[in-house]
Amino acid sequence: MNYQVDEKGYYGVFGGAYIPEMLYPNIKELREKYLEFIEDPKFQEEYVMLLKDYVGRPSPLFLAERLSKKYGAKIYLKREDLNHTGAHKINNTVGQILVAERLGKKRIIAETGAGQHGVATATVCALKGLECIVYMGAVDIERQAPNVARMKMMGATVIPATSGSQTLKDATNEALRDWINHPTDTHYILGSVVGPHPYPDMVARFQSIISEETKWQLQEKTGKSTPDYVLACVGGGSNAMGMFYHFLNDEDVKLIAVEAAGKGVDSGESAATTLLGKEGVLHGSRSLVMQTEDGQVVEPYSISAGLDYPGIGPQHAHLFTSRRALYVSITDDEAMQAGMELSKLEGIIPAIETAHALAYLDKMKFKEDDVVVVCLSGRGDKDLDTYMKYFGL
Amino acid sequence: MNRINQLFEQKKQSLLSIYFTAGYPDLNSTLDIAEALEKAGADFLEIGIPYSDPLADGPVIQHSSLTAINNGMTIKVLFEQLKELRSRVTIPVLLMGYFNPLLQYGVEHFCSSCKEVGVDGMIIPDLPMYEYEDLYEEYFSLNEIRNVFLITPQTSDERIHKIDELSNGFIYLLSSSSTTGKDLNVSDQTENYFSRIKNMQLKNPTMIGFGISDHTSFAKASEYADGAIVGTAFVKLLEKDGFMEQIPEFIKGLKG
Ligand SMILES: Cc1ncc(COP(=O)(O)O)c(C=O)c1O
Repeated sequence: MNYQVDEKGYYGVFGGAYIPEMLYPNIKELREKYLEFIEDPKFQEEYVMLLKDYVGRPSPLFLAERLSKKYGAKIYLKREDLNHTGAHKINNTVGQILVAERLGKKRIIAETGAGQHGVATATVCALKGLECIVYMGAVDIERQAPNVARMKMMGATVIPATSGSQTLKDATNEALRDWINHPTDTHYILGSVVGPHPYPDMVARFQSIISEETKWQLQEKTGKSTPDYVLACVGGGSNAMGMFYHFLNDEDVKLIAVEAAGKGVDSGESAATTLLGKEGVLHGSRSLVMQTEDGQVVEPYSISAGLDYPGIGPQHAHLFTSRRALYVSITDDEAMQAGMELSKLEGIIPAIETAHALAYLDKMKFKEDDVVVVCLSGRGDKDLDTYMKYFGL
Repeated sequence: MNRINQLFEQKKQSLLSIYFTAGYPDLNSTLDIAEALEKAGADFLEIGIPYSDPLADGPVIQHSSLTAINNGMTIKVLFEQLKELRSRVTIPVLLMGYFNPLLQYGVEHFCSSCKEVGVDGMIIPDLPMYEYEDLYEEYFSLNEIRNVFLITPQTSDERIHKIDELSNGFIYLLSSSSTTGKDLNVSDQTENYFSRIKNMQLKNPTMIGFGISDHTSFAKASEYADGAIVGTAFVKLLEKDGFMEQIPEFIKGLKG
């Protein structure tokens, strides 16, 4: 089975580029050039150097002993939280800023939910001296205030998206509108494996470093490069895609993607796209989308801003329908408890997004020698306010 | 013969097309507005199907879409309303809508519903050309629905020729690459672009839209194309009290 994009930009029936004509020239340019750029040895040299010396890669693969003991398996944490800026998002922005440079673009735009992608974009723009504009839902600006301040410190302009639910979906709309209005000088650094082709493939390639490293790290530590289970949380799906990428063809590795159930999948306040969504088009690709019968996109809900999105990337939609990966969901409460648990057991405070993946451990049945890798997509500093309110700290 | 083709064939002067959102400002205002526009002298109409995430639209049309959705407008409701279309309106009517609601309704079903109520064409800004060609064109032709494509100043000549080949109603020239509701800013560059298209001798007629808001911009656009399309400026009028009475004046003001 082929899990990668075909020459028309599709994963099975999902993907494509459903964009207005105004975006066509930019998307076409990107489609024609991204592989050539990425495969260029000069690009690779700079990309690898930046990942090493600036981001701090390889990120450690850590055997979490107390967590392992609790769940009765060997649980490794892939420490993307230790990357510069605190999440996996920077793997992608480092790659895309090099693409933007080669395209000769002077102005960078991005959307952000939790603010991690916005921060990672502002960071690489500061590094390269490029103008940076980040769209962020007004609700998210409120709940992720430290990240807003970080973006500003690095010289980015943060523009609130005030339409709709004022979260990630709306920020993405505003970024796409900005791109329509700046057709020649701007590159849009999309932050997940969503959007029109070639974004899902390009972002997945930049995030695939996560599983590339995991493979040799596991080999070193366990004598075997493949685990039994791989877990990651899914908003748009970039950390999960990066975590799955090099295991896709190892069919005996079970891939588990954890979505946000919000207040419960039947509560009307949820972001569990594979359960609640159906085939549709959002932000330029055909995928699974949470929507009304009439095709209006519904406003999702999750306590975690990074998972508060009514779609998933087209490659995930393909992995879901082909059953290559298992899609499950975790509620706000379960995630918050799991975040607290990891803090207490391992001295690692995870992002609330990441806590969703951790919470699923409790629902699994392991054999003692099962090897499990959880993508620790980000650290919890940005979420302290939410943790404090939730636990009355 | 399709009303759109007929209109362009018999055209004596520059054509004016007006866009407005179905179900805005009131759920049932759609046909009253259409009828008033024809009486006032609009040459054809584009009725927008409201969508929750209208990527190509600025704040005014976003607001009208959201209000219309909240008013209860859906594709089903719209086709119910349009059952009366041809007893009240004779000029060509296109529907303009984003792809997702159409996909949920079913594209084939959508095209046959259009034919049933007497809709003549469609504008679907986010439906890619090759998808249209591969999967949907036959439903459009079968039901004689004209699909209208957009062109921007950045669209290559090669692509324009391809669009011309695929089109059989008219081609929609965007005055600039922008979302709806920005003022037309006619620079040398814009005029060069308009002339470039004019000189390409396309087989399809052309209409210029985006940023046309008054007689000056309408007249300017008419120098280069078969006419112009007004959207945001008209939707703004609908926000005012007593807009029905002001429609004749508005159209007269545009045509001069
Ligand atoms: C720490 C962290 N994990 C996960 C996500 C979700 O994004 P994705 O599904 O693209 O990995 C985010 C998004 O902001 C994040 O900050």
